Amino acid sequence: MSSRVINSQAKLTLGPVLYNWPAEQRRDFYFQIADEAPVDVVYIGEVTCSKRAPFFTPFIPEICDRLEKAGKEVVISSLSLVMSKRERKEQHELVQDNPWILEANDLSAIELLKERAHIVGPFVNVYNEDTLDYFYRNGAQRVVLPCELSGKAIERLLASNKNREIEIQAFGRVPLALSARCYHARSHGLSKDGCLYVCEQDPDGMNVETLDGEAFLTVNGTQTMSYTVNNLLAEIVDLNRLGVTHFRLWPQQVDMVRVIETYRAELDGTITHKEGQETLSDLIDFAPFANGFYHGVEGNRLVE
Amino acid sequence: MELVCPAGTPASLRAALDAGADVVYVGFRDETNARNFPGLNFSPEELRESLQKAHDMGRQVYVAINTYPQAGNLDPWYKAVDNAARIGVDAVILADIGLLDYAKRQHPELRRHLSVQASASNPESINFYRSAFDVQRVVLPRVLTVREIGELIKEIDVETEVFAFGGMCVMAEGRCSLSSYATGKSPNMNGVCSPASHVEYEQRRGKLVSRLGEFTINSFPNDEAAGYPTLCKGRFVGHTGDPSYLFEEPTSLNVMMMLPELIQAGVRALKIEGRQRGKAYVYQVVSGYRKAIDAAMKGEPVPFIDMGNITEGTRSTAGAYEKNWR
Repeated sequence: MSSRVINSQAKLTLGPVLYNWPAEQRRDFYFQIADEAPVDVVYIGEVTCSKRAPFFTPFIPEICDRLEKAGKEVVISSLSLVMSKRERKEQHELVQDNPWILEANDLSAIELLKERAHIVGPFVNVYNEDTLDYFYRNGAQRVVLPCELSGKAIERLLASNKNREIEIQAFGRVPLALSARCYHARSHGLSKDGCLYVCEQDPDGMNVETLDGEAFLTVNGTQTMSYTVNNLLAEIVDLNRLGVTHFRLWPQQVDMVRVIETYRAELDGTITHKEGQETLSDLIDFAPFANGFYHGVEGNRLVE
Repeated sequence: MELVCPAGTPASLRAALDAGADVVYVGFRDETNARNFPGLNFSPEELRESLQKAHDMGRQVYVAINTYPQAGNLDPWYKAVDNAARIGVDAVILADIGLLDYAKRQHPELRRHLSVQASASNPESINFYRSAFDVQRVVLPRVLTVREIGELIKEIDVETEVFAFGGMCVMAEGRCSLSSYATGKSPNMNGVCSPASHVEYEQRRGKLVSRLGEFTINSFPNDEAAGYPTLCKGRFVGHTGDPSYLFEEPTSLNVMMMLPELIQAGVRALKIEGRQRGKAYVYQVVSGYRKAIDAAMKGEPVPFIDMGNITEGTRSTAGAYEKNWR
């Protein structure tokens, strides 16, 4: 352990819950995070489907209050695909009324947040140093990078944007695609308008298998996600050394407090890689790990 | 209503012009455009000659530079914009914010269009690109209904272009990493989706199985035509346990019968997809749309023009333009 650089400056963040967890359950999840999890930043808000928002939104102020009292930085995440008049109106209200910093997941939110500090979320395309620099100049306090960027690309991005806050997706199923169509509803023979909120049945998303019965993707309403669980535990210390300041863990229906503790321990050098990986393997039993995007190969692959 | 047509080669460009295209859009022969396929696209010299031909006929040429420049390797994209400006094309179609910024600073007089790959689906996003980079036109993502398009047009002061015919993304364009999840190559980074280099067909007990990377995308009885395994147009097993086209069926977009509504909505240009298609295909589609637009603009009923033999899976859909698609 002595050879490892201990860097307690690196921050862990908890991404917004992407799935349709029942509102009370989601609230209790955040209360537990506030009380028990060594996480620095907590993102909260409905990113995936605006139809889900009315159930959870009333709980947000109370949750944010508790998170802040526990010393967490609170960020409100905006919707990733904004189309309808209602969605636009709700986004306007979110920007106007909200006392917390916002994560913009669509250019529309960035337009509304003009001249106010904000975070550029992972659903906004940032592939190169020019775009990254543009967003910083435009008021971004931090930028969360898209999932498909390789470690090499991240290194090149950081080379020309030193001493800035930058966040990568380190853990959890990766959101891969957005659509106007709801595949959860479609899979149940329903339309998006009459969806009956069937996405609530799958707290970690609905498995999509190939004709060979091989697990392939995960459907979460209008969002399509990886089947594999992204896990960069073995890479985060190097990434931190390169200049990545924040590491995002996406909530899954597992003991997230222990997931967060494991990542924290890895960053602080208080456990070995092997111990950390074993703990995560015990916690995640529903799908295999992957890190292919980081290694510049197929995203579904695990490069040892 | 402007008819904007694809060309992957100078011969296709000529076919599009002959068939009545108002504008032909093309890409350079490298990773800077979203149809980065072997044997396709234009060298600067070919573009110069093609542009001359188009201008002689009173038509225009746009250049799509609509992938996302690679970190640490921006030069090919800068060069593509510089070349397009020097050759004097009528517009460039861009998606990346850094590149839009570059084009505006270096070539303020070069007309800039926002690519569908930027997925600007609402007035606020479009206004962002308008005020920051002075884009003159936005190509709308295929996520909006015709009614929503009409409402959107009332709130922006930028021209709109919509997809009318051809291959159809079911995901919001430019916001999809399914291809790189399965193959390591994506539209945003590499200008390819479900690339042929990762496609295999396998014979299995009287069936032809199509595969992409490690994954089976579809399976066809031997007497059925096998489709190309585009990832989101495959058959998969979801909730019911039965195989189905979970994301989208292998159909083509065709909005010909909705032309009067699109004109009414205030759409400025119609776009045909398919720079990877041959010149015969381009000629047929463009001719059909030329007739249909001319009729619709005169207020005449849109004639029925059968495109069945050239649509994917020989079926077509109005896709997201109709609300029940969702």
